[in-house]
Amino acid sequence: MPLLAFDKVGVSYGKAEAVRGVSLAVETGQIVTVIGPNGAGKTSLLTAAIGLLPSSGRITFAGENVTRLETERRVEMGLSLVPEQRELFTDMSVYDNLLLGAFVRRGDKAGIRRDMGEIFDRFPRLAERRRQLAGTLSGGERQMLALGRALMTKPKLLMLDEPSLGLAPLIIREIFVIIASLRELGVSILLVEQNAKAALETADFGHVMETGEINHSGPAGELINDPRLISTYLGGNEGE
Amino acid sequence: MTSDIAAFLTIDGIATGAIYVLIALGIVLIFTVTRVIFVPFGDIAAFTALSLAALEMKQLPGTVGLVAVLAVLATLVETASLLRTGKARQVPRALLFYLVLPMIPVALVWIAAGGDIPLPLRIILALALILPIAPLLDRLVFRPIADGTVLLLLTVSVALHFALVGLGLLFFGPEGVRTEALTDAVWIVGGIPIAGQSILIVVAAIVFSGLLFAFFGFTLAGKSLHATAVNRTGARLMGIRPERTGTIAYLLGSLLAGVSGILIAPVNTMFYDSGFLLGLKAFVGAIIGGLVSFPVTAIGSLCVGILESFAAFQSSAFKEVIVFSILIPVLLWRSYTSAHREEDIDE
Repeated sequence: MPLLAFDKVGVSYGKAEAVRGVSLAVETGQIVTVIGPNGAGKTSLLTAAIGLLPSSGRITFAGENVTRLETERRVEMGLSLVPEQRELFTDMSVYDNLLLGAFVRRGDKAGIRRDMGEIFDRFPRLAERRRQLAGTLSGGERQMLALGRALMTKPKLLMLDEPSLGLAPLIIREIFVIIASLRELGVSILLVEQNAKAALETADFGHVMETGEINHSGPAGELINDPRLISTYLGGNEGE
Repeated sequence: MTSDIAAFLTIDGIATGAIYVLIALGIVLIFTVTRVIFVPFGDIAAFTALSLAALEMKQLPGTVGLVAVLAVLATLVETASLLRTGKARQVPRALLFYLVLPMIPVALVWIAAGGDIPLPLRIILALALILPIAPLLDRLVFRPIADGTVLLLLTVSVALHFALVGLGLLFFGPEGVRTEALTDAVWIVGGIPIAGQSILIVVAAIVFSGLLFAFFGFTLAGKSLHATAVNRTGARLMGIRPERTGTIAYLLGSLLAGVSGILIAPVNTMFYDSGFLLGLKAFVGAIIGGLVSFPVTAIGSLCVGILESFAAFQSSAFKEVIVFSILIPVLLWRSYTSAHREEDIDE
């Protein structure tokens, strides 16, 4: 049974349909990516998955139908989203941002302290800046903090929306190395990206989304060599 | 004006301002967490004073009826909405939070009223009785429109204030009350008399502001409130429920307003509608703080108190006019400084 499954999921803004009949699944331990151009509905799909947008169809997570559950409940169940806008608590310190990440398991003081140490080991730059306000961090550091904060919720499945957006190429490489390394923590990942090449190199399985629908799917290693994709998506990204 | 008079007016103004500080901090607290400008805070302060006075006169405070009615209404609304969305399992919890908990102070006051209750206990009972009002009103009035614009929320908030004034008349009657002084002590410092009550007011303002600061700085609950205020979506993604942080904010704000009501009741005669001016002056202080900054709000509210005191001495008929006139330069200054801030909201 997949950890997260979308079954004919649709998302609409009034009459405009952003996502139409999307079905896809993420197995435990897998990294699955959804690539596609701007406006394809990728962000809407993740926003619906976490419950910030209502959706039609059926979303199941960890064996439970979560389609009608509130966002906070889904987070408590182990689903976590790092949104495109990062949504950090900008006038709070790096440390407080991470601490609030552990809000759903606030009783577990020892576990929180241990995980906080692990996050600081994984992101040494955050450790150096732990007293600094999140709003004063650079773009790459903000993305690391957003990742770290999401990891503090102890997710079973982490959804990442355009983690490379607005970052310099060197930082992008660093972020993708980090994403790949999350595999060893046993966290499954659903990764949405415009940077198709980097995403497919990291993922096990890929889906291509266009105008609200999925029109190609396959193992990431196959998609990356698919001539149709190379001309449409992968060619354009060579400069990055 | 001699320097003695100026010193006297300043001390008097600081005491009045300290009352406004408590209410204004509550207004800013609620606004940052829920985006509601909770106009009825002044009414909460006034109702606390009236409840305390009723207990002092060995009568049953009208607040008992008000809280009971609100609790029943909120319970019905919450239960109906839970059943409609298929969350029947959460009904017992709703009963606990919306019916049982608010009814505890109601029951205690019901039993104790009429007897000889010592002053500290009277104060605790009056505060406990007032605490559920704002969270219950939040459930009934603001939660259904939580995603509305700030303007909509403000309009509803003003309407709610007028409704509360009407309910205040119904439950408390038209008589003004003044409670027994908390202390009769008077000190003469440098030839100027300072009432113990004024010192008590200032000390209470400092203590409660300090507690609020500690709550935000050092507790996870406080940080989750701050987080909701900074970024509601971000907070929800961490599993922090904005409705719950809203309830905590309303409780804390009510406590601050209640304390200010207790402190002002021995100094000013309170009527069922006295809350409006209290709330409005505190609001001026909150506006000076831009509805976001707690320290600037506190300083602003103190300035309002001092200005009011001097204005009352110079020309008592124009006291309110002078106080509310400072809103104009403050708003001008605020609109100039905030024009630049909108640009750096986006990351």
